[in-house]
Amino acid sequence: MHMRNVLLSIATCVLTVAAAAQNPQAPGGARAGGGFIAYPQRPVTDPAAVARGKVLFDVNCSFCHGADARGGDDGPNLLRSELVLDDQKGESIGPVLLNGRDRGMPKFTFTADQISDIASYIHSFPVSSRTGPANIDIVVGDAKAGEAFFNAKCASCHSVNGDLKGVASKYTDPKALQQTWILPGSGGRFGGAGPARTPPPMTAIVTLPSGEKVEGKIDRMDDFVVSLTLADGTHRSFQTEGNTPAVEIRDPLEGHKNLLRAYADADIHNVTAYLVTLK
Amino acid sequence: MKIKNPVNSPSAALLVTLWLWITPALVAAQGLDPASLLKPLSDSWPTYSGDYSGRRYSSLTQINQSSVKNLTLAWTRRLTNGPNAGGQQGAPGVPPLIIGGEGPGDIVAAGATQVKGAVVQVNGVLYVTTPDNTWALDARDGHELWHYFWKTRGGTHIGNRGVGIWGTYLFFVTPDDYLVSLDARNGTERWHKEILSFNQQYFATMAPIVIRNHVLVGSSNDLDEPGFIQSFDPETGELQWKFYAVPMNPGDPGLETWKDLDAARHGGGQPWVPGSYDPETSLYIFGTGNPSPAYTSQTRGEGDNLFTCAIVAINVDTGKMAWYYQTSPHDTHDWDSAQTPVLVDGEFNGRPRKLVLTASRNGYYFTLDRLTGEHLVTGKFSDTANWASDLNAKGQPIRNPDKDFHIAGSLVSPANQGVTNWPPPAFSPEAGLFFVPSTDTYAMYYLTETDPRGAMGLGGKEELNVATVGSYLTAIDYKTGKIAWRHKYRTLGNDARAPGLLTTAGGLLFAGDVSGNLIAFDPANGKILWHSYVGQVTNAPETYMIDGRQYILTAAGDTLYAFTLY
Repeated sequence: MHMRNVLLSIATCVLTVAAAAQNPQAPGGARAGGGFIAYPQRPVTDPAAVARGKVLFDVNCSFCHGADARGGDDGPNLLRSELVLDDQKGESIGPVLLNGRDRGMPKFTFTADQISDIASYIHSFPVSSRTGPANIDIVVGDAKAGEAFFNAKCASCHSVNGDLKGVASKYTDPKALQQTWILPGSGGRFGGAGPARTPPPMTAIVTLPSGEKVEGKIDRMDDFVVSLTLADGTHRSFQTEGNTPAVEIRDPLEGHKNLLRAYADADIHNVTAYLVTLK
Repeated sequence: MKIKNPVNSPSAALLVTLWLWITPALVAAQGLDPASLLKPLSDSWPTYSGDYSGRRYSSLTQINQSSVKNLTLAWTRRLTNGPNAGGQQGAPGVPPLIIGGEGPGDIVAAGATQVKGAVVQVNGVLYVTTPDNTWALDARDGHELWHYFWKTRGGTHIGNRGVGIWGTYLFFVTPDDYLVSLDARNGTERWHKEILSFNQQYFATMAPIVIRNHVLVGSSNDLDEPGFIQSFDPETGELQWKFYAVPMNPGDPGLETWKDLDAARHGGGQPWVPGSYDPETSLYIFGTGNPSPAYTSQTRGEGDNLFTCAIVAINVDTGKMAWYYQTSPHDTHDWDSAQTPVLVDGEFNGRPRKLVLTASRNGYYFTLDRLTGEHLVTGKFSDTANWASDLNAKGQPIRNPDKDFHIAGSLVSPANQGVTNWPPPAFSPEAGLFFVPSTDTYAMYYLTETDPRGAMGLGGKEELNVATVGSYLTAIDYKTGKIAWRHKYRTLGNDARAPGLLTTAGGLLFAGDVSGNLIAFDPANGKILWHSYVGQVTNAPETYMIDGRQYILTAAGDTLYAFTLY
């Protein structure tokens, strides 16, 4: 990790997106399956104890461990601490508070009730290995440079006065717009749905030994069968072995896919910055 | 059969083999002797990869290049997760249902039943698993002998890779952190033992690997907790040793590659997938997973983050590390290097060498010396992987930090699934080639956590898929790292991931494609010799022989398919 770059880009984000909301925590275990939460958040049984614990934590602990217990310059992230995760009611946290630790953790003189309250507060934070999407403005590119790139690489198939007229009004979320122009139909996330845009279908021309050519939309294909819907709606499928019969596949997105190797990330950001102006 | 005395030397192994040879009837009657795992793979499939080498190479030849055209369906068997699948208990023909577990009983990871692991076959019985479920089936026709259901308390139910077996003892792990031992003959529970902390959000997926009197299990975790392997006594479940994949104490090796001890102790490196074993050196050789936090890596420091994303060799009796080679220094994309390594005795630069081969999720292939970990070859088996700028002097890919992520998105290949994943590779000694299912994909990686402290676990980014541009069966020459041949699957499917592989002495390479076919290839050149459309294959094909008949077995979701010759 080039730390400097990360910090720079983070600083830039913070400056340019001052109002960015904190990421919502995703529920623990996005991949639980079966509709249950893999690692449920601990139930809060005594809200008053949590409130008392917050006061104690803010005064005594947050300076090192952060107001959200996720760590600071001098204290580790408590939410991922094995000791904290395994602790139930302060029985493990208590001795550390009372005795301190050799790596800079001082001793405190809390009562048993205060320790229990602090533990209740720390255990009230959700602990998840996932975060949800953020509302960060992703439009950071140079629209002028994007226009130049568009004219050089995209204008042979697309026109801002034709098929892309008003495209930014159709896709008001710049991220959805960006995913869609990179590859229509893309944007699916692990276990989630992407922007609604049906990509144009792949088609094939099958040339039979008789010389007959059959063209249609591909419904399914593998190394052994090609299955087509013809222009009149009829279904035909063909067994293939090697190159017989010959199958010529036409992918309307081939140009988009070929460009994936060519883009610098800045090209993508610039084109998006240009396209968002096409209201 | 119980072997109490560890077999530490080849001569001791020979004695055990000799002893086995004179008492085969006893072994057959009682179960699997661990020492039989040292023999070439033939009639049975007694451990995750078939044998310890990870080659997934069977010596069976009844099904071969000439006869494979006649390969036909012998039986299918559909499995259903959960406690209510079997019919009325006690009724004639209804197999026993055994229920265990510490959960309330009302959490059933319903979803689809997906067999995504090995099916162990010993003495004519198949043992197959899904999370919370283990079945014993008759290997002749697939009928159910018994079903064990585990009442879960939760945990990540992503998959289960199968059972391990020692004598008549069966072992499997649960998503809610237990090691369970059953009587392999009837499914009754011997004991269960909590082996990982549920509160720390661990879960377990690995097929236990049984080596002599050790039952090895790796941890799984998506939060920032350390990865480790534990070795248990097969008789009692008592912990024998524990190996951490990250430094846990001051002075531990590798600590200098982390920002500080707290970062190292939360550094991940989960050994999710079974490794391989070299009986000559007593080394268990396996891969470790990604460092954690996976994406917002600034809290890990700028170093390599050892021993994550590495091939690691440890002594199976002590758990002490002998060597390591890191295949992804300071990974930033959750690209585990946990793929099962393949142990091969092969010629290299004109002399015989003991090798270990691995194709990593990051798109790079490696040949190492398995006695020392010395790096010999790096190859790239992806056309599109764009996250590394070059190789360093040790043959490791040099990560390009610009391709970590960007708030406006960085176009990265591969997507999170990697160029390959857990589905096991294979090796054919006749062809001298290593085979791996591979997929070329792109995704946009958006940074979503702008707090300089980053996120925990897999958080802090949004990854949106862009495209799958090719799915392949790839054959790699281990001497050069170059692609010897490659079959590109014709498919409409997007995001498709090819399942694992099997090779046989019959000159066959079996693979599931990305469109639902089980295919037999010629391992020398990739020519297709046979296929059957069974629906998406979800594990790696296996083979076994019973009553003089060889079977090819694979799983497609909830259904097992067995093929044979008549």
